[in-house]
Amino acid sequence: MENLVYVALFAPFVGSLFAALFGMSERRIFVGIVASILIGIAFLASATLAYNLLMTGDVVQIRMMDWISAGDFNVSFGFVVDQISVTMMTVVSLVSTVVHIYAIGYMDHDKSFNRFFSYLSAFVFSMMVLVMSDNFLGLFIGWEGVGVCSWLLVGFWYHKPDQAREDNPSISPSWAANEAFIMNRIADLGMLVGIFILYWNTGSLQYDEVFAQLPYLSDAVLKGAAIALFIGAMGKSAQFPLHTWLTDAMEGPTPVSALIHAATMVTAGVFLVIRANPLYSMEAVEGVSFFIASLGTFVAFYAASMALVERDLKRIIAYSTLSQLGYMFAAAGLGAYWIALFHLAAHAFFKALLFLGGGNVMHAMHDELDLFKMGNLRKEMRGTWIYMTLASVALAGLPPLAGFWSKDAIIETAFNEHTYFLWGMLVLTAGMTAFYSFRQIFLSFHGEDRYTALGFHPHEMYKFVLVAMSPLAVLAVITGWFMGSYKAFIYKIGESVQYEMSAHTHHLANYLGLIVIFFAVTGIVIAYLKYARTGEKAWKRDEEKEQGFFYKLLKNQYYVPKFYEEFITKPYMMLSEIFWTKVDLKIVDGTVDSIAKFFYGAGDKTRSMQTGNLSNYLNWMAVGAVLLLTIAAVSAMIG
Amino acid sequence: MIGLSHYLVISAILFSIGLVGVLRRRNLLMLFFATEVMLNAVNIAFAAISHYYNDLTGQMFAFFIIAVAASEVAVGLGILIVLYKKHGSLDLDDLASMRG
Repeated sequence: MENLVYVALFAPFVGSLFAALFGMSERRIFVGIVASILIGIAFLASATLAYNLLMTGDVVQIRMMDWISAGDFNVSFGFVVDQISVTMMTVVSLVSTVVHIYAIGYMDHDKSFNRFFSYLSAFVFSMMVLVMSDNFLGLFIGWEGVGVCSWLLVGFWYHKPDQAREDNPSISPSWAANEAFIMNRIADLGMLVGIFILYWNTGSLQYDEVFAQLPYLSDAVLKGAAIALFIGAMGKSAQFPLHTWLTDAMEGPTPVSALIHAATMVTAGVFLVIRANPLYSMEAVEGVSFFIASLGTFVAFYAASMALVERDLKRIIAYSTLSQLGYMFAAAGLGAYWIALFHLAAHAFFKALLFLGGGNVMHAMHDELDLFKMGNLRKEMRGTWIYMTLASVALAGLPPLAGFWSKDAIIETAFNEHTYFLWGMLVLTAGMTAFYSFRQIFLSFHGEDRYTALGFHPHEMYKFVLVAMSPLAVLAVITGWFMGSYKAFIYKIGESVQYEMSAHTHHLANYLGLIVIFFAVTGIVIAYLKYARTGEKAWKRDEEKEQGFFYKLLKNQYYVPKFYEEFITKPYMMLSEIFWTKVDLKIVDGTVDSIAKFFYGAGDKTRSMQTGNLSNYLNWMAVGAVLLLTIAAVSAMIG
Repeated sequence: MIGLSHYLVISAILFSIGLVGVLRRRNLLMLFFATEVMLNAVNIAFAAISHYYNDLTGQMFAFFIIAVAASEVAVGLGILIVLYKKHGSLDLDDLASMRG
């Protein structure tokens, strides 16, 4: 088993190094193939580990080597394969495999093809470190690793110039990459503080040792650690108010959006909360947990509302990711950790599928993402249409697809906890989710053809790409059917992840499900009536409505990015300018320069001594000797 | 009665004469002479103090200095001859070639 763990962990790393060898040379197709195969191997290893865990229930824990050993401080490179991490490993490696194969087709014409695969595999490696580590420091290394890879990949097309915010809300790939990185850095500070608090009070960074000591810690410590760690999770999982980077990160290539900014990396925050579930289920941090649930619900609603009016295909999917992350946090905050993890896995499958389908559309439309320029693409791109419809049905939460089971369970949890306001919001959001995801499907694949007039000639993606996407499509359909067995699987971890609905809720479960379905269907029907029809009733752009207050508010993301620019970025720039011209140039540089100038001037003045005349030198020597004698005499007299 | 202080005064006067010679003379040969005067001034002081304390170490040291001075003059004069052959002069103002 131990070897399988190493294979799962290091196969992507080898793939990354291999691709990096060719990083600077021209496109070589085998680089992509080798990287994909290595990720596939990692997936097979992960799946075998998962199967083994399912059958025997033995948690694999290994210590690869000592890492830091300083005084009392000991950290090892250790890995743990338990029910939580194996779920993540399987999901990550599976989605990565599909995305790698997809990228061979998608990045076909890109001259930095090899570099792309190097980054992508490096990301998978970092993610594996993140989920498999058995201590907080290893998690943090993986956490930063995925951050760096995300930065590299969002800014992959760094040569694109900056645009005005009105033309392109994400300005440019390099701008978006920096935004993502800096925002995550702010949150990571919180996470680091959380880790420090835990280490300070427990003397260890190992999960099991830390969690074993939790009952002996004071309430304030527990609260501080829980809040600080959650701030880290908020950054990585793009929760309000650190959410703006996620939609801007759509500047990266679509496979990146699918893998990193939908399926895996952004779920790291949820993973952290689930991993630290013994901490978050302590009674002392009840308030924090409830805040997590409330914030999650708020973000679910908030992001869904912005998706209602968005025209950019990828940004809609990004909003839906935000919204679904909100659902996951709602479940985790309410204590239903396993439901959150299950939704995470199901969401990874259908969201990656949705993104890859979006990538196909983008590829076909020559990087055009404006839904208003599409319509009736279904006759050109049948395979993509089917995939995206499937994924959208799953996202909208209709039975029997994956999204229904997991999302319904989350909504039911909110009901079960008697947090009826959260429940109402989540149900409403489910309806909005159905509306915007089908608005996007109908605008792009149904209705009147709007692209021919604009001179687009869309074509379907390569066959092998469509075939590679099929595992995701299958999983988007069937994942939900295994919810019961997954529950039994993950319950073996212990009491802290177990969550059962009360008898009362159980009794009402069917009605609650029906309410959700009703909202979802209503959303879809409205979207259909508005956007899918052809002929006389076809959708037409309503310029007048686009000037309305709410439309503009949503379109401008509630002016939050504007607010950040005006009240954070600009003052910060001004302050930096002051510090640069006044403090750095005048004081810091001034001091250093004047020291240098003093010596330079002294040298310049005294160099006339160097006449080359021995007699002069002897005179100076005598002066020096007299001086020394005087000093000696004076000091002797004083001493 | 001639005491220690007389010797030391002589020694100091000789040393000062030598020092002035080193500082004021321009001819290298004269510099050498001046240096010898200074060395011998020190020798006188050594011998006088040695006698005063009844300790022979000072006088031995004077012998060492005489020996070292002799060999130094031998080497120095050799260099002077080479310099003179090369430049045709031993005047320090003519020999200044390394101006800073």
